[in-house]
Amino acid sequence: QNKCLNRPVPFSFPQTFDKILIANRGEIACRVIKTCKKMGIKTVAVHSDVDSSAVHVKMADEAVCVGPAPTSKSYLNMDAIMNAVKQTGAQAVHPGYGFLSENKEFAKRLAAEGVTFIGPDTHAIQAMGDKIESKLIAKAAKVNTIPGFDGVVKDAEEAVKIAGEIGYPVMIKASAGGGGKGMRISWNDEETREGFRFSSQEAASSFGDDRLLIEKFIDNPRHIEIQVLADKHGNALWLNERECSIQRRNQKVVEEAPSTFLDPDTRRAMGEQAVSLAKAVKYSSAGTVEFLVDSQKNFYFLEMNTRLQVEHPITECITGLDLVHQMIRIAKGYKLQQKQSDIPINGWAIESRVYAEDPYKSFGLPSIGRLSQYQEPLNLPNVRVDSGIQEGSDISIYYDPMISKLVTYGKTREEALKKMEEALDNYVIRGVTHNIPLLREIIVHPRFVSGDISTKFLPEVYPDGFKGHMLTAGERRELLATAAALYVAAQLRSQKFLGDLSRQWELCVELDKGVHMLGVSRAGNNYTVEIDGEKVEVSGEWNLASALLPITINGKHRNLQCLLRTAAGEITLQYLGTSFKLRVLSKLAAYLSKHMPEKIPEDTSSILRSPMPGSVVAVSVKPGDNVAEGQEICVIEAMKMQNSMTAAKTAKVNSGQDISYLDLV
Amino acid sequence: MDYIYQVRLTTHISSAIGSLTHALLQNARCYSVSHLSVQERIEQKRKAALTGGGQLRIAAQHKRGKLTARERLELLLDPDSFVEYDMFVEHRCSDFGMEADHNKYPGDSVVTGQGRINGRLVYVFSQDFTVFGGSLSGAHAQKICKIMDQAMMVGAPVIGLNDSGGARIQEGVESLAGYADIFLRNVMASGVVPQISLIMGPCAGGAVYSPALTDFTFMVKDTSYLFITGPDVVKSVTNEDVTQEELGGAKTHTTVSGVAHRAFENDIDALLNLRNFFNFLPLSNKDPAPVTECHDPRDRLVPGLDTIVPFESTKAYDMLDIVHGIVDEREFFEIMPNYAKNIVVGFARMNGRTVGIVGNQPKVASGCLDINSSVKGARFVRFCDAFNIPIITFVDVPGFLPGTAQEYGGIIRHGAKLLYAFAEATVPKITVITRKAYGGAYDVMSSKHLRGDVNYAWPSAEVAVMGAKGAVQIIFRGKENQAEAEAEYVEKFANPFPAAVRGFVDDIIQPSTTRKRICRDLEVLASKKQTNPWKKHANIPL
Repeated sequence: QNKCLNRPVPFSFPQTFDKILIANRGEIACRVIKTCKKMGIKTVAVHSDVDSSAVHVKMADEAVCVGPAPTSKSYLNMDAIMNAVKQTGAQAVHPGYGFLSENKEFAKRLAAEGVTFIGPDTHAIQAMGDKIESKLIAKAAKVNTIPGFDGVVKDAEEAVKIAGEIGYPVMIKASAGGGGKGMRISWNDEETREGFRFSSQEAASSFGDDRLLIEKFIDNPRHIEIQVLADKHGNALWLNERECSIQRRNQKVVEEAPSTFLDPDTRRAMGEQAVSLAKAVKYSSAGTVEFLVDSQKNFYFLEMNTRLQVEHPITECITGLDLVHQMIRIAKGYKLQQKQSDIPINGWAIESRVYAEDPYKSFGLPSIGRLSQYQEPLNLPNVRVDSGIQEGSDISIYYDPMISKLVTYGKTREEALKKMEEALDNYVIRGVTHNIPLLREIIVHPRFVSGDISTKFLPEVYPDGFKGHMLTAGERRELLATAAALYVAAQLRSQKFLGDLSRQWELCVELDKGVHMLGVSRAGNNYTVEIDGEKVEVSGEWNLASALLPITINGKHRNLQCLLRTAAGEITLQYLGTSFKLRVLSKLAAYLSKHMPEKIPEDTSSILRSPMPGSVVAVSVKPGDNVAEGQEICVIEAMKMQNSMTAAKTAKVNSGQDISYLDLV
Repeated sequence: MDYIYQVRLTTHISSAIGSLTHALLQNARCYSVSHLSVQERIEQKRKAALTGGGQLRIAAQHKRGKLTARERLELLLDPDSFVEYDMFVEHRCSDFGMEADHNKYPGDSVVTGQGRINGRLVYVFSQDFTVFGGSLSGAHAQKICKIMDQAMMVGAPVIGLNDSGGARIQEGVESLAGYADIFLRNVMASGVVPQISLIMGPCAGGAVYSPALTDFTFMVKDTSYLFITGPDVVKSVTNEDVTQEELGGAKTHTTVSGVAHRAFENDIDALLNLRNFFNFLPLSNKDPAPVTECHDPRDRLVPGLDTIVPFESTKAYDMLDIVHGIVDEREFFEIMPNYAKNIVVGFARMNGRTVGIVGNQPKVASGCLDINSSVKGARFVRFCDAFNIPIITFVDVPGFLPGTAQEYGGIIRHGAKLLYAFAEATVPKITVITRKAYGGAYDVMSSKHLRGDVNYAWPSAEVAVMGAKGAVQIIFRGKENQAEAEAEYVEKFANPFPAAVRGFVDDIIQPSTTRKRICRDLEVLASKKQTNPWKKHANIPL
């Protein structure tokens, strides 16, 4: 029934390659290996030393260690990867996305060794990889482009000058970049200078190329991209669009295919332009042409990604094609089997990127840790999870903090969204902070549900930052009742030998400073909880050990998760995606609580803590300096993003040291 | 506070006394100087006992963030389960005006009795700070001794809630005798019934030795202190400036001195946690480790464990991740979590049955054994052995910590304690070597040679005299090609085989199956019977 999973690859395959090396890690390496296995191709994984027991290494037939943890020494280490290719006799290399996927040098070196690069040829990578050049080519191919400066910006002052000419707002971005890295939006001269500095540093560290360009920033656009597929014989198809407007800091969070916004005409226009661009650069393999679409359905070429895209599964779901399979076929030189008229839009697919990050801090700052418990919602139909981790895996500071891509599919958008709700509720992730609270809120938000979205969705919907799910009175009751039932179940279990105790419990439950008196009675697995005169019935086949709490509350089915339950009555429940802290006490304990002294939390405003794990790349102050509130103290690089740390109050700097997670600076 | 509630609780004791005295009552009335009937006097005394030092002092106690002795018992015990003893006991001091009526409080400065925690019997005393600052009089001590004697006879644990300013100075040696009577009973009860002290206020001077003799001492943060002498005396004797909190607060004793086993946020938090802790304990040394209903599948695989031990043997990991993964519902009641963190000890359950967990912690000081961790581990192991709690040991130990500090401190005799404890223990002992088991420390950590019942090695285990580098430097001293020799050593010894071929580990197991294996073994070992030779008592190297 999982169309997006099982349909694409036919039973017999024309001969392609005997062995493919996957020059990547994590979920995308696993994704490629899966298709290779179906096609009967042997696989070689490469890995850094810290990844030696990673899932992609275990899945592959062979594995080669290519260096230590930092990506520049392992997954970006071309020499080591070239050696791995030679050593294992791989005939082709699939680069996945990121890392060396759009590195023309790498493609060249492979070609020199007679090894096939599964992707477009060097010329197309070069042409499209350079934003300045790609824009010129796009213009020539009659693709709509954004007004801007078609050249390399030399320094911050020139940036300010050019920005003035184009008119604010402008976008400063790395010429070699992609994935939102090295990208800054600027609304005035000062921001332009700062943006120039950050972007060039980030571009240098991410791509080894600090060239920047500037263009007009289209305010409030949608981000819609067209998947193209082209062979080495001049044939090209467009596989419809993906709407990727839900972003934070220019990185995608929720994607869907198709888009609610495009009408067939616009879709065709965009598709045809995308194909003409692909043809113009003699593109072969899978590629993505990104467009910005304004409210009038005017679309502008943004860039072309000459690789497999993170969000490709949703296209697979609605078209029934396996893009990795197609890429391998094309790389071997086969012609496309489909015609444009063969490309359907079947149903609707949504992808949520599940990240190890704290959504309460700027919609997601990376977090690290060990996945102490991990359970994917694969028990549900029409759910696809692309992941490269498992229970016990470490999310480290070295790599992208993505846990998985959660894809749900339905005949209609409504069905796919409903499934996504269910899948998010059934997803068990413990040990790292994750963004499920945010994802769960986005997919039920009225604006998202109605399709009224743009790249500014998150800051517009949550102007004061994301605060978690806001409980309605009814939901509040459900939550209180569940906590009370859980408490009673635990209490009763510890008195098991006393026989069945069916007496009334009078409890006091605290939930964000609100205090409720609850009466609970139990009969078998059914709990009747009385809250402020209203009766809530809690039942269901759950127990105190399982990670999921499938509970029926007043006849309505809900999937909650109990994240914490302590002897002192603290209960943390994940409900509608968000985790809520409750405290359940007996009436007596609650009454006596008023005598307990209030503990004053430590004043931390004189301490600068990094909100996320990372390494310090620049320190702007010295011990003994006086700093003003808001002044930059240092710059932290984490997961390839640079973040400026500022002083919380006017003070004097005491000392400086290296940081790890939440260490003092 | 609902005092009527307590009156109702205690009426069934009084009913017996009531009927006895009923006949005398009519006659007695005409001689009564107080013009009150006996019944009225009983009521009055009970009422007085329930209010302790009076409403003003109760308010003061609350203001300090502390609950009263009776409120604490009410929270600790199951509703309606408390049976009070000696409510009419009064102190017998007649000096310094103590004989005056207003200086007599029915029950004196402690509340004693028995009750239930989740239905299981427990004897309790709760010192009442509102009466003479909870100071210990002869009568106070006598009350405590009475419940301790009975607890030992029936085989039920004793929980003491300490909140006392110290000796009743007015009583002089009577008070000291009282302490000694309690100490003696603490010692006699040791290993017979579990004894737990919860320090909820001051506990100073000689009084500290009662908690020190009990099995577990818990403290309440910010409101409890334990010290031999207070800051004033310290200042006059050693000229040190120190606050009460620094000298004997919860933080000091749970992190620096190792006197207390755990600290809790406040009275309520402490009492609720104590209830939970009690569920792990058997009632006496005649009781098997308790088994509760368990929802966590006994054969649950723990896939995360297959990758938890890093490939580089120098890299740390958190032993608690292993413990949490294996035990029921990830619930682990850690003992001394902030002291000697290079060893992890605490209680958990496997398929519902209480077990004691001991594990080296590679995250702290590479998990080596030093003086503090040896003593911490030894005392825990001996508790488990005394009370029939199976011991599960996770081994990743690079050896004993070298250095002058350790040698001068007597690591030899302190390390011997842990060795001694594991060796003498006759409860089921299951050992899992997760990585390093080097040198003497390998022997110590519940090895096969110390009567380990089931000893497992993970594939990452290395059982050897020492690490490869050190070994090669000794074996091939002054010779060339050390690197080659090191590789040979690693090949030969840095794996579980040398131990496995000799039967020193029973099996090499896939880490993810560890829970399943241990649950199965515990079932088999439940009927284990092993005794040590007769002796008056053993002579542990103290």
